[in-house]
Amino acid sequence: MLGLPRWFHRWASPPHVYELAERWRPWLGGLALLTILGGAYGGLVLAPPDYLQGDSFRIIYVHVPSAYLSMMGYTLMAVAAAIGFVWRIKLAHAVAVSIAPIGASFTFLALVTGGIWGRPTWGTYWEWGDARLMFELLLLFLYLGYMALRASFEDRDKADRVSAILAVVGVVNVPIIHYSVEWWSTLHQGPTIAKLDTPSITFDMLAPLLVMIAGFTLCFAWLVLNRLQGEIVEREHDARWLRRFAEAVR
Amino acid sequence: MSEFLAMGGYAPYVWSAYGITLVVVLLNIWTARRARIRPLERLARTADEARPRRQPTVRQVQ
Repeated sequence: MLGLPRWFHRWASPPHVYELAERWRPWLGGLALLTILGGAYGGLVLAPPDYLQGDSFRIIYVHVPSAYLSMMGYTLMAVAAAIGFVWRIKLAHAVAVSIAPIGASFTFLALVTGGIWGRPTWGTYWEWGDARLMFELLLLFLYLGYMALRASFEDRDKADRVSAILAVVGVVNVPIIHYSVEWWSTLHQGPTIAKLDTPSITFDMLAPLLVMIAGFTLCFAWLVLNRLQGEIVEREHDARWLRRFAEAVR
Repeated sequence: MSEFLAMGGYAPYVWSAYGITLVVVLLNIWTARRARIRPLERLARTADEARPRRQPTVRQVQ
């Protein structure tokens, strides 16, 4: 099998990563809170109403960050699962496991806030014929399928290996979601920011969106670190280095 | 203020979208924190049970 560079091994060491998470977590949480509050103020108060959609467009500031995280989360989960599968690194599987429920919740949010936005804009909450909507729904089922598949195994190592295959195969859905609005243009509008041309949105509207995406990403990282620490303790419960952390919660 | 809350007539849509987002994020925070702390508490409990009782000294036995 392919060799890994030396520096990588530190990142495969549970005590090292647990301690880093313990140190970074409070800073990440505080920064996430400030960024989201700032972004929400910008999106709800400072940004001007849209000339066509009026104030309903403000849903973009929760919809786009959720949709972005649903896809970014799945990609990270698949990469972590692949690393765990190929190099047999347990910590990588722990990362994938930690991402799954968080990614699923943001996928749910992207679908629900999109539906709410669709009602005044398209005249419907849901359209079975729209490719973007269908593939985003498939993404939710991939997350849930990954979790259900894991739950069906007693043996954790077996669950790691089998669920990694599902995670990796399912990642083809992510570029399909991204390009769906160009390949099959139906109801969902085309890309606003992530395209080679200049963004088709004015700076007053774009700035809060970028802040919100940053805030949601920080929040996502905070959530993953929490779950990862729990997952590490479950997998390493016999290790001596964990004792002082266990003492602290007594 | 009431103009802000009215959201140009889109209040039900805008505030329900933001409200659901807030609820899902708060639920996420709560469950993630619990997922971190629960295993540590379990570990602390089992460590207590597994700790060997101190053996009586020879003098105490006599």
